[in-house]
Amino acid sequence: MFAALAISPQALFGQLLLGLINGAFYALLSLGLAVIFGMLNIVNFAHGALYMMGAFCAYFLLNDLGLDYWWALILAPLMMGAFGAVIERLLLRRIAGLDHLYGLLLTFGMALVIQGLFQNYFGSSGLPYAIPSALSGGRNLGFMFLPNYRAWVVAFSLLVCLSTWFTIEKTRLGAYLRAATENPALVRAFGVNVPRMITLTYAFGVALAALAGVLAAPINQVRPLMGADFIIVVFAVVVIGGMGSIMGSIVTGFVLGVVEGLTKVFYPEASNTVVFVIMAIVLLIKPAGLFGRTP
Amino acid sequence: MKTKIALAFVASLLASTAAADDKVVKIGNLDDLSGLYSDIGGHGSTIAAQMAVEDSGLVAKGWTIDAVEADHQNKADVAAGIARKWFDEDKLDVIVGLDNSATALAVSQVGKEKNRVVLPSGAATSELTNKACNANTIHWTYDTYALANGTGKTVVKAGGGTWFFITADYAFGHTLQSDTTAVVEANGGKVVGGVNVPINTPDFSSYLLQAQTSKAKIVALANAGGDTTNSIKQAHEFGLTSGGQNLAALLLFISDIHAMSLEVAQGLTLTSTFYWDLNDGTRAFSKRFSERVKNHAMPTMTQAGVYSSVLHYLKALDALGGNPHDGAKIVAKMKELPTDDPLFGKGYVREDGRKIHPAYVFQVKTPAESKYPWDYYKLLATIPAEEAFRPLAQSACPLVKK
Repeated sequence: MFAALAISPQALFGQLLLGLINGAFYALLSLGLAVIFGMLNIVNFAHGALYMMGAFCAYFLLNDLGLDYWWALILAPLMMGAFGAVIERLLLRRIAGLDHLYGLLLTFGMALVIQGLFQNYFGSSGLPYAIPSALSGGRNLGFMFLPNYRAWVVAFSLLVCLSTWFTIEKTRLGAYLRAATENPALVRAFGVNVPRMITLTYAFGVALAALAGVLAAPINQVRPLMGADFIIVVFAVVVIGGMGSIMGSIVTGFVLGVVEGLTKVFYPEASNTVVFVIMAIVLLIKPAGLFGRTP
Repeated sequence: MKTKIALAFVASLLASTAAADDKVVKIGNLDDLSGLYSDIGGHGSTIAAQMAVEDSGLVAKGWTIDAVEADHQNKADVAAGIARKWFDEDKLDVIVGLDNSATALAVSQVGKEKNRVVLPSGAATSELTNKACNANTIHWTYDTYALANGTGKTVVKAGGGTWFFITADYAFGHTLQSDTTAVVEANGGKVVGGVNVPINTPDFSSYLLQAQTSKAKIVALANAGGDTTNSIKQAHEFGLTSGGQNLAALLLFISDIHAMSLEVAQGLTLTSTFYWDLNDGTRAFSKRFSERVKNHAMPTMTQAGVYSSVLHYLKALDALGGNPHDGAKIVAKMKELPTDDPLFGKGYVREDGRKIHPAYVFQVKTPAESKYPWDYYKLLATIPAEEAFRPLAQSACPLVKK
């Protein structure tokens, strides 16, 4: 079989592993989108810009305050989460309950403004961010050279994804959240502060984007447009997984990473369209997405 | 300021009431002002054009010269639209800059149609002086042939016999790859594989793994901007060079090196026609330039090319004694006069519209070798002006008499 595909099994395993690594980013970003859409009913087009800001946060923490990668991993999501809370309070709250289109336009506009400001200030080619020394280097797995940093990214994002899923689907807090989306008035009647919960949910979604940004900073150049290139694929992942489905977005993220990885070997020209082809097929067969519930 | 405008107004009134040959010139920098190439040319190119106007000394001789800018957004149709408006309504005489090959090819056609002057500096495609050449266009700074020739020849001679290409999947990438392949094979090297990668790819690890599996000695990057910096950064991460392979970035600007840091970029081989730290002339210009741009960046070869092209354009106008507003006539004069400026040295403009000057092959320094800010390159080889660009004998340009 391997001979027919003109690729050695070693190379194939290598590519599968790389696909999984990229899938980790898709999963982390689409998870944030799914949480925000599931709880706030907002299609957060600013996600890519917020991811980019997370990476910039890491850069500034290192270069202006001397705080290394590990601090950035904690502080950048916190700072960006606070920023998200402000956005929710000042802007998104005003369009709650309106048609999806308003949220989409507002967040898309926000993304353009943020990216424009960063580009005006920092230029287009971006800033360097080195891999933390504890994770530099790599090991030879026999079939490929695996940089330690990539291994860390997969393990860490899997952990974050699963704990998020657990919190939302299996804890009391998660139950409140899910109930508040179904019927906010009723949940309020039980004495739960729903508006604060919504703010915190958005802040959490933004923090996830920022976390992905910090994870990406040592791999990609920290550039104002780094999110713009990425976010469209992530939206396709969310649509395939089913809008608002937490587990759906995690599983689809990893699976599509692998599918894309394999496309890069067998037909590289199609590697950034394959996700959209799958999206079209899924929408035709199962319009609510693979894991989505049909209303 | 007000008096300056008033003077300019009076001058232009006087000029327009005079004969057809007036002393009013309008220069437009049509460039990527907001996208991925904006650090390479962008607003810096407008500043370079303004510096050329100041250094030409024509304003003191009673000329009125304006330099404006616009964003082509890397879209050929937007670029052509702006060019038409500039030529028809705003009466611009010359368009410079033009990062991105597609916009340069489009604007070059508009310039020919309207009989104005087009001086692309940022565009890479050698087609501008090949099949697509015309009597109104001079391609100034570099082209895909010069890049392929410089890097290809030097690297093969240094022992890089086998090549694997990571190529941006559009016209520019393909031209660069085929130009380089020709040079590699002509010098006894061999291309063992390649992969076409869609533009704006955030992750290159899969392609780098394919390059590693190919066992090619040289992994050549036929891409630009963010794609190049990401692939270099990740090649570093995946230990490509420690495995005995070497990277050759076919199109790399000093702004890319600055953005990546030497830690990541060290050891890369690249071809450029300009480096700020080449000699006293380039250093003096670059110092003045960096004081005027934001972030105090040193000029890229594109920005240096804009300065040089505007300076020579104004020199031709001065020699003509006034602005005839006849693009072909001015370009003919520019081809007749030898070029000479502190940035590119002595040179000339060939009949196919190719500006001829030497090219340099550089290697990026290690962090230990770099002694001061922006000290990034060491010179590996100088390619004489006569050998740097495609020989006229191989040109498909209809302007070349054979």
